[in-house]
Amino acid sequence: MAGATLAAQPSIAARLTGSRVGSRRKVVDRSMRTLALLAALLCVVPLIAVLAFVAANGISALSLDLITKPPKALGTGGGALNAITGTIQMVALGAVIGVPVGVLGAVYVGEFANTRSARIIRFCADVMVGVPSILIGIFVFTFLVLPVGHFNAFAGAVALAVIMIPVVMRTTEESLHLVPNALREASLALGVPVWRTTLSVVLRTGLPGILTGSMLAFARAMGETAPLLFTALGSRVVNIGDFGRQMDALPLFIYVNARQPVDALNQQAWGAAFLLLLVVLIINIAVRARSWGQRIG
Amino acid sequence: MNVETAVRRPDEATDAPPGRTDAEPVPVIPTPEPVVRPTAPAAVEAGGEIRIKDLSVYYGGFRAVRDVDLTIPPRAVTAIIGPSGCGKSTFLRTLNRMHELVPGARVEGSVALDGIDIYSPEVDPVQLRRVVGMVFQRPNPFPTMSIYDNVAAGLRLTGRHKRSELDGIVERSLRRAALWDEVKDKLKQPGTSLSGGQQQRLCIARALSVDPEVILMDEPASALDPIATLRVEELIAELRRQYTIVIVTHNMQQASRVSDRTAFFTMGDERAGYLVEADDTVKIFTNPREQLTEDYISGRFG
Repeated sequence: MAGATLAAQPSIAARLTGSRVGSRRKVVDRSMRTLALLAALLCVVPLIAVLAFVAANGISALSLDLITKPPKALGTGGGALNAITGTIQMVALGAVIGVPVGVLGAVYVGEFANTRSARIIRFCADVMVGVPSILIGIFVFTFLVLPVGHFNAFAGAVALAVIMIPVVMRTTEESLHLVPNALREASLALGVPVWRTTLSVVLRTGLPGILTGSMLAFARAMGETAPLLFTALGSRVVNIGDFGRQMDALPLFIYVNARQPVDALNQQAWGAAFLLLLVVLIINIAVRARSWGQRIG
Repeated sequence: MNVETAVRRPDEATDAPPGRTDAEPVPVIPTPEPVVRPTAPAAVEAGGEIRIKDLSVYYGGFRAVRDVDLTIPPRAVTAIIGPSGCGKSTFLRTLNRMHELVPGARVEGSVALDGIDIYSPEVDPVQLRRVVGMVFQRPNPFPTMSIYDNVAAGLRLTGRHKRSELDGIVERSLRRAALWDEVKDKLKQPGTSLSGGQQQRLCIARALSVDPEVILMDEPASALDPIATLRVEELIAELRRQYTIVIVTHNMQQASRVSDRTAFFTMGDERAGYLVEADDTVKIFTNPREQLTEDYISGRFG
């Protein structure tokens, strides 16, 4: 069977097809794959569970009253208009403050900073994304609430801006990174000044990415509760435009009403939660669908 | 391609650089008599002469190009040839200070454009690049802009346009770049919708729109197919009477087809590129002075 020199070796056929060859490995392989798949599914389950849970409880609470009426001064009933208008105003003002800062910061890091300082700033931004948002609330509280002596919506907007800045900065920087260097060169070789090249060529070309980042930051800020607890505090009246006073927001509305021992108020919290979830989800899906389409197109 | 191109400087027609027949691959007959080239006195009327003296280029501590002495005649095509990595592109970029975009890059020596040292403190690189334009290896139209806007970009972004003049300048630039007839009906379409060759001619039109004296071309046809290459070469032939053109190419046939003068670079000690010789293209390709040049031309290295 075997040659004299290879006496100890089984035949090639036996080595390739032997029944026990690698069988243990195959079993381990299969079970580990299954385990990984289960873990992956487990990651998606909470999202689906939350969606289903909120939808099931909130959909019945969703009504025209909820989005058109403020809470009643006495008793139960009314809607969440105070919270809806408050969220829109504070997130908008937060974006007005935060987006320019984030974009400009990204321009510095991406276009002008040397490698070392860019890495440091980038690291700080990444850390900031992970800072517990309640700390940001306390931080803004000490600077913008304590000095004036009362809670105010401006402090709330600033707190949201602080949350948005690192998100906007990182996504903007990434989109600027994708702008080919050849375009910067093309512009500079025409005798276009650096500032104009950055503005009209680099930022213009990276605009879709910047918008994506801003929208994601927008959605993120919309759902923040903790920073607003220390700043805007919440309010039962509709406050349009007076950033010196307290203002409500959807997360605050949910927080307050969910803690009441009254079923009608709990129902309103569910309705508001569903509304918030819907808006945030729509923004997220829209933004990702857009960048998805770009990657394909 | 179009007659209009001759309008720019009518007195130029008599000052045609010599020694160049037609678009024949390699001229076989060496010109026997010494050719008359436009030199300093002629350069007064025909602007765009570049005199390079003792130019060395450094990236940090690394010397990429050393001791280049070269005069680039105005209103003619000068080709720069040489093996990969010999500093051709680096050298080209020092002529409009584009190399300064690389941190740590610096030059020693001088580059004088019509007698003005472009490295003197009074010269602003931004202004310089409006006089010394550049076309790159890969077509790089601005993807967010239409064909029209791409050509107009040079004027708009440098803040020098009068709205009423813009249409005329865009049309003239596109005509000079031999692209007008192909795009006149779709000026609003994105520049990136054109074919590669058209995109490159769009980039040339964009470079022409700011009315430069000198155009630097960094292997402008190396990313193009043969037909698009031919069109770009034809375009260079059209433009050579009105602009000083410096073209880097690693395609020797191309150099012999499009250029009046050829400068041969190679890599020396410590990987520093240097100029071996520069002469009329016909001379370089038929009877070069240096053995090294002949070896390269005949394909023995590089």
